[in-house]
Amino acid sequence: MSIDNTIEATEKEIVEEFSLFDSWDDKYEYIIDLGKKLPPLEEQYKMDENRVRGCQSTVWLVADYKGGKVFFKAESDAVIVKGLISLLIRVLSGHTPAEIIEAKLDFIRQIGMTTHLAQTRSNGLLAMVKQMKNYAIVFKTKEAALTGNQ
Amino acid sequence: MTMTRSVTIQEGLDVYSIRKQFPILDREVKGRRLVYFDNAATSQKPQSVIDALVNYYTNYNANIHRGIHTLAEEATAAFEATRDAARQFIHAASREEIIFTRGTTEGINLVAYTWGRQNIKAGDEIIISAMEHHSNIVPWQIVCEEKNAVLKIIPINDEGELLMPEYEKMLGPKTKLVSIVQVSNALGTVNPVKTMIDAAHKAGALVFVDGAQSTVHLDINVQEMDCDFFAFSAHKLYGPTGVGILYGKKHLLESMPVFQGGGEMIKEVTFEKTIYNDLPYKYEAGTPNIADTIAFKTALDFIQETGKEKIRKHEQELLVYATSQLEQIPGLRIIGTAREKTSVISFIIDKTHPQDIGILLDNRGIAVRTGHHCAEPLMRRFGIPGTARASFAVYNTKEEIDELVTGLQKVVKMLL
Repeated sequence: MSIDNTIEATEKEIVEEFSLFDSWDDKYEYIIDLGKKLPPLEEQYKMDENRVRGCQSTVWLVADYKGGKVFFKAESDAVIVKGLISLLIRVLSGHTPAEIIEAKLDFIRQIGMTTHLAQTRSNGLLAMVKQMKNYAIVFKTKEAALTGNQ
Repeated sequence: MTMTRSVTIQEGLDVYSIRKQFPILDREVKGRRLVYFDNAATSQKPQSVIDALVNYYTNYNANIHRGIHTLAEEATAAFEATRDAARQFIHAASREEIIFTRGTTEGINLVAYTWGRQNIKAGDEIIISAMEHHSNIVPWQIVCEEKNAVLKIIPINDEGELLMPEYEKMLGPKTKLVSIVQVSNALGTVNPVKTMIDAAHKAGALVFVDGAQSTVHLDINVQEMDCDFFAFSAHKLYGPTGVGILYGKKHLLESMPVFQGGGEMIKEVTFEKTIYNDLPYKYEAGTPNIADTIAFKTALDFIQETGKEKIRKHEQELLVYATSQLEQIPGLRIIGTAREKTSVISFIIDKTHPQDIGILLDNRGIAVRTGHHCAEPLMRRFGIPGTARASFAVYNTKEEIDELVTGLQKVVKMLL
């Protein structure tokens, strides 16, 4: 892991990795590979309340809050979405709620995957980004409430 | 060589000269020439339709029916000419039976909200099938919930055909309406609507036929079919979006309550009482989609001039060819193998998700539809999350199907 492990630094790292590919096929092959390598989510988490609804593919997302940082685990039934999820987890997991809420996630546009965030109802990725940020907001609010009580 | 060519032109369809009429087919997607196989969602538009839209806005844009000036007169004449063309296209008895809507969905909703609310009572039954589009499920569900009526579903077999004996058993004195899709958008199955209508009428029920997918492929004669209502959309017939036709038997349309109130649908308005306009205007409140309605006639002209029979033959050839080619891809399974089908092929491939197939085909300039095709109950029936669907139109070619097959082989290699 690099010394500078801010969200921006990881995003930059991914953009650089993708700049090595000269064809769309290569980019997708890489994403598919990431998707295949994403560890499967334990069956007990694959329940309705962890489901992020997209029109076509299903995403399950679980968030853990430990030592002031959020850790994500996720899976999808579609492999390209799974690859994109893997990138999102790499960028966002292990950061504070405030950092996650602020994250611009511009790398998605820079690697040419904006279409997957388009409002076409076609997949769960956009819903998933929203859900990741929602978790961060919830953890931040809970923490504020706790600090307030003390 | 010249002989073969001229024979092709005389007997069949000269697909290459047809293609020249559709400017969009020249565009590139992801660095390749577009292969458009999403025709069941919407078809592309010939230049003549695009020109008709531009011509209206350039030369005679005006609000219709009420104006006395030249532009209003010209616009009204063109608008009403589409009604006559649509009447002729589906062989309705009179122009009063042709109601302009926004599309098939609005046509179904119109009847559900007017005829449905007036005639459906507690305990009554409405029959639909397991292969309906959400548009032909939800409006009836709403009526049934409101009236405490029962929605019954005709089951289908593994090939995607209706189980007719089951249907006949369902019909009875409580059946008030059968609303059935003529051609399934997700499977391509052509349903035996004539037989179904006759059986429903014997039981005293009315029949609504959803013609969204069928009208572009089959010859439609609403009088011979004897359906009570029929709806379709212009944009699936090489016409513009936002225009549809609702056909209804005159005596039914006359007896039904109005749908939306406003301008055009009235004869006389006082604060005490409004006298509604005659058919067809009774159901056309507000300024309609004039430009697209006018251009729709040009689309109907295109189909008539090309020849429906020729188009059908061409599409059936594509269907047979594509079916035989796709079946050779290992792990590919076609969903919907009815004996009678339009040019639609829904498929899944082992260990792959339809969405991944769609994304990677798009990456090769090939447009197919993936997902549940707004027919979730149908997908559940087959136990699948969705399919990839290739649907062919007049301008598609065997070469394009070859590109799909090559593309799929590459895609499968990437995914597995």
